[in-house]
Formats: sequence, C-alpha cells, structure tokens
Amino acid sequence: MSQKVLMKGNEAIAEAAIIAGCRHYFGYPITPQTEIAAYMAKRMPKIGGTFLQAESEIAAINMVYGAASAGVRAMTSSSSPGISLKQEGISYIAGAELPAVIVNSQRAGPGLGGIQPGQSDYFQAVKGGGHGDYHLIVLTPASVQEMAELTVKAFDLADKYRMPVMLLTDGTIGQMMEPVSLDLKVESAVEKPWATTGTEMKREHNIITSLSLVPAELEQWNLDRYAKYAHIEENETLWEEYMTEDADVVVVAFGIAARVSKNAVNAARAEGIKVGLIRPITVWPFPNKPLAALAAKGVSMVCVELSMGQMIEDVKLATECKVPVSLCKRVGGIIPTPNEILEAIRAAKGGNEA
Amino acid sequence: MNTMVKHTFRTERCKGCGLCVSACSKHLLAISKETINKSGHYVAYMTNQEACTGCCNCALMCPDCVIRIEKE
Amino acid sequence: MIVFDKPRSLADVSTSYCPGCTHGIIHRLVAEAIDELGIEGNTIGIAPVGCSVMAYNFFTCDMIEAAHGRAPAVATGVKRARPDKIVFSYQGDGDLASIGTAEIVHAAARNENITVIFVNNAIYGMTGGQMAPTSLPGQITQTSPYGRDPKHCGYPVKVCEMLSQLEGPEYLQRVTVNSPKHVNQAKKAILKAFRNQIEGKGFSLVEVISACPTNWGLRPDEALRWIDDNMIPYYPLGVYKDRSEKKEEQA
Repeated sequence: MSQKVLMKGNEAIAEAAIIAGCRHYFGYPITPQTEIAAYMAKRMPKIGGTFLQAESEIAAINMVYGAASAGVRAMTSSSSPGISLKQEGISYIAGAELPAVIVNSQRAGPGLGGIQPGQSDYFQAVKGGGHGDYHLIVLTPASVQEMAELTVKAFDLADKYRMPVMLLTDGTIGQMMEPVSLDLKVESAVEKPWATTGTEMKREHNIITSLSLVPAELEQWNLDRYAKYAHIEENETLWEEYMTEDADVVVVAFGIAARVSKNAVNAARAEGIKVGLIRPITVWPFPNKPLAALAAKGVSMVCVELSMGQMIEDVKLATECKVPVSLCKRVGGIIPTPNEILEAIRAAKGGNEA
Repeated sequence: MNTMVKHTFRTERCKGCGLCVSACSKHLLAISKETINKSGHYVAYMTNQEACTGCCNCALMCPDCVIRIEKE
Repeated sequence: MIVFDKPRSLADVSTSYCPGCTHGIIHRLVAEAIDELGIEGNTIGIAPVGCSVMAYNFFTCDMIEAAHGRAPAVATGVKRARPDKIVFSYQGDGDLASIGTAEIVHAAARNENITVIFVNNAIYGMTGGQMAPTSLPGQITQTSPYGRDPKHCGYPVKVCEMLSQLEGPEYLQRVTVNSPKHVNQAKKAILKAFRNQIEGKGFSLVEVISACPTNWGLRPDEALRWIDDNMIPYYPLGVYKDRSEKKEEQA
C-alpha cells in the first residue's frame, strides 16, 4: 500500500493537478478555495510552472483559454460568485473545444451569499452555466482522496474530449484534512495537433475560435459536440452504490451531502429500514441508468442537497416520476444532520407503506 | 519618363475605395467606371504607367493589398 | 524586381472590412513586420471582438479568437505557456478601452512580454456605429445622436497617456495611417513593438488612429483628412513610453 499524507482537500486538488502535469494555474483570491492558489504559488515556481494571480476571475479564465489553446494543461479555481464571473470564458472554452479544468468550491448563495458550504451551483454546473448549448463534465468528490483522484481524472477527460471539466466541490471538503495517497494514475498525454503553438512553416495555420457566421456550419458544430456528449454519457458516467440491492428507499446525494447521508443510511439500517445510497460521482453526465433501474423496482428516493432542491429535478427526470422523490435540504451554509436525513428516510419508508 | 515601373492590380481584392487615387501626387490612378469585380466593386487602374515615378504611395495607402509594383 | 507586394503572412483572401477602412493597412503593416522579422512560424495572434473579429482568417500564423476585451488575458495565457513564441493581440477601441480596460491595464502593469496593436477609430464599427470609449466630444454616433456630451457620458479614454502612468510597460506609441508618411512611421513602430518582444523587453503597445469612413459618414479620402483635423488634435501622435530609449539616454 502506498504511503499516505495528511492534506486539506484544496491542497490535494493542487498537488494532484501538478501530478497530472498541470504547470499553468491562473486564479483570483476567493474564500473558501484560496488554499489552492496559495499552494500553487508556492509549488509552481519550484517545478518550472506558472502561477499567476489574475486581475479578475474573468481574466483568469481567459488566461486558461490562452494556455489551453497553446496546448498545455491549465486550470483555474474559484468559489461560487467567482465561478459566475468565469461563465463567459467557460462558454468560449466549450465553444472552441478546449480542454481545461475548473474547480468550484461552492459556498452558499445567491449574490455574495456566505462563505459556508453550498451545493446551489448545481444547475449552473450541469446545465452549462453560460450562454449557448454545451455541457461540462462535472465531477463531485466526497473525500480528500477523491479530490486528488478526480482532479487527475478531470485533466485526462478534458484532454480526451477537448472540453472543460469542472470539479464541483464545496468549502467543507476543501478545508477538511484526511490522509491521502498521492500514488495517482495519469493517462498518457494526448497529442494536440489542433493547438496554436506556431506553424513552424510546416502546416496550415491553426485557428481556435467559437465563431461561425454560417448558420449551417454552426449548427453542425453543435450537432458534432452533442454527438460527443452522447458518447460521454454512455462511457463516462460514474456513481457509487451503497446497500441498494434490497433497498426500499434510496438516498441520492453527492459530495458533502453524500458523506452525511451515508451515516444516516447506516443509522436507518440499524433500525431495520432497507435503505441504500446512490452517490453520483459525475453529475453531468448524470447516473440516469441506475436510478431508472431502482425506480423500475418501485424504490422511493430521498434527495439530500445543500440547495433548495436542484439535483432533485434530474432524479425526477431519471426516474420519470414513477416513484415518490422527496427532498431533504438545508441552505445558507448549513449541512443537514444525519438525524434530519434519517427523519426523511423514515418518512419515505412510511410513504411506501401507506 | 520612367518606363521601368510596372503596376499589377489584384483586382479581385479591390474595393474601389479610391485611397490609391488620392495618394498619387501625379494623379495617375483612377477608379474604373466600367470594370466591376466579383465582389461588385468598380476597380482601381493605372491611367498612365509611363508617368509613374514608382514612389509606391498608392500601394502604401491601399487597405487591400491590391497593388504590386515592380521596378527594372 | 518586386518593390511592393502583399506580405507573405497576410492571407491571400479578401478582408471583411468596408472600402477605405484602414484596418487593412494596419493588417498589412503587422504582416510586413512578421515577414521582416522571420517569425511567421513562431507567432500566435489573438483576434478581438469587433470589426477585426475575423482577423484570424487574414493572418497565416496561428490565430486565436478571444472574447470581447479579453485578448490581453488570452495572450498572457499563451505567452506563459509558450514563452519562446511571439504573441500579439489585435484590438479595437471598444474591445481594448471599454470592456477590456482591466485586461489591458493589468497586462501592461505586469509588463507582459506581448505586442498589442490597438486600433482606435473612435467608434463601434461592427455593431453599426455606436459611441466608443474613444469617441470625441461632440462626435455624432448612433448612441450619441446629439453629439457626445462629456457632461452626460464623460470624456474619451486616452489609452497611451493612461498606460504611460504605469511602471510596467516597455513601449507605448501612438501613430496613424492616414498618409504615406504616417504609414511608414506606423510600420516602424509596429516593427519595434515586435522586436521588443523578441528581445524580451516586455509589453509594447502601438495605438493606431484609424479611419472608419462608413460609420463616420465620410468618403474614404475625407475620413483620412478627418483624422488630421479632429483625431490627432485630441490624440497627439508620438512615443508615450520607451524604457529602452531612456536607458540609452542615461548611458
């Protein structure tokens, strides 16, 4: 077994990015993700990389756009209000089909909101976020170990599919300290013949753009991109199932909400309630198949979210409203307690019996 | 006087703006009243090649790189 | 012997600019500089949003299309990723002096080793002639139909003067292209702005006062005169900062 080190979630992201070959980080300070920038500021100069504090979130994401155009692994990180500012750039990155990694350490909103954890940027993350038809692959770690592993995966997926990948996490996991193994597997580097690295007079010029004034061409670009998305939905959807086999009730939760939910599931099991957990690891693509399979068996769902109920809409779509889906939520930076979730599980179980 | 200067016009690029015409201190260029290119512009032409001193001002002021100038 | 021809690194396509628009001259000067320095295969250009949005089709080097105003940030990303490459942004006045003010100021403040070609024609051309950050007091545009009133919407932004207050930038010069003499001066400035980058000197910006006959409502030749009569008095030509010159003087 590989050696483990005790790290904060945000630091694990930063170190994993470096392990993944990222040497270009552009960011702007915002709580609760500043440890990523601070870590990069310390490490990058020592390994020949670039840490640059941009003048704004907007500039930072556009620096990522430039570095990604030039063919290197680049990333930025921020928290909810800052991610809103980056949406313009993310839309351009998606439109120009550039690989990039964006970390959103979510806090409670809207507006300036608070600095305590939230999951209310779910819609923004999984439905695109900026203007136009596009998706990001959205990964949701639930432990510091996963922060590291999914960061590496984010870079690999971004390069493989030439698209932005978001690590959607929150202030709690970012600040949490856990032992991490940094023995991380990185896919071998992808060739980038499309990158703008200078023609060296050996090829036609490469152009990175999201602009087409020819409607038929622009339509085709969108169709091609959505064909790629269909492939990703088929091949890259990730989720964890916990005690779902005999379950009458299944809790659906990601990130910090899934950690608390697991405790509640264990407590409910101790009471003899047959309950399980589905934890989406990718929220786009969303694990529709396992949820549809459970719905076909008549399993009730309880969504646990740090939002007014956003992922619940995707759960209802996945289950085609065939089974009752309830919501257990806290907002404003508050994490639901295992007891609150247990109550919701009991209520769902009661609903089944009624 | 200077028969050694030769202008070649890439007329397909010409937009008929006339900046070459106004740049020529000898008033040797003009915009055609007959020849229209594929883009629908009346195009520039040289009225008197022999009188050209080869100063290149017409080409310098052309926004569309229409004019190539050769000297023997 | 050919004494004047289209530069190699200017693509052999018709540009999307209106007749008499001097963007075309400025494009040619950039391409001539790239050719003369032999850097076409090594250069990455950043196009803006505005009339020159399609500039990526007009240069034969690698090109990137940036979001409105963000070209200096994109250029920063490219340059930091490939410090051995030559990176330039080509931006209009709305792009650089309005929506992208933060990006240009901070790229200059960082002395980012890039070349910026800033085309100032005092109007938003692509959207059909609205007031620009550089529109002159009294200038009639679609969104200042009674003439720009500084009491209502403030004064034009003088980019070279503003950036010259910063410690960061290496070289700032304002030129124009409304006469053969001015075109030759502009050529020298643009060449220098690229050479500075090759020599690692840092942020070099050339502001080019450019004509927009279509949206100024003037004939192309009248538009060139309008530059002399109206633009240059407000935007004096000249070198606003040149650190290497200062060093030479001190030496």
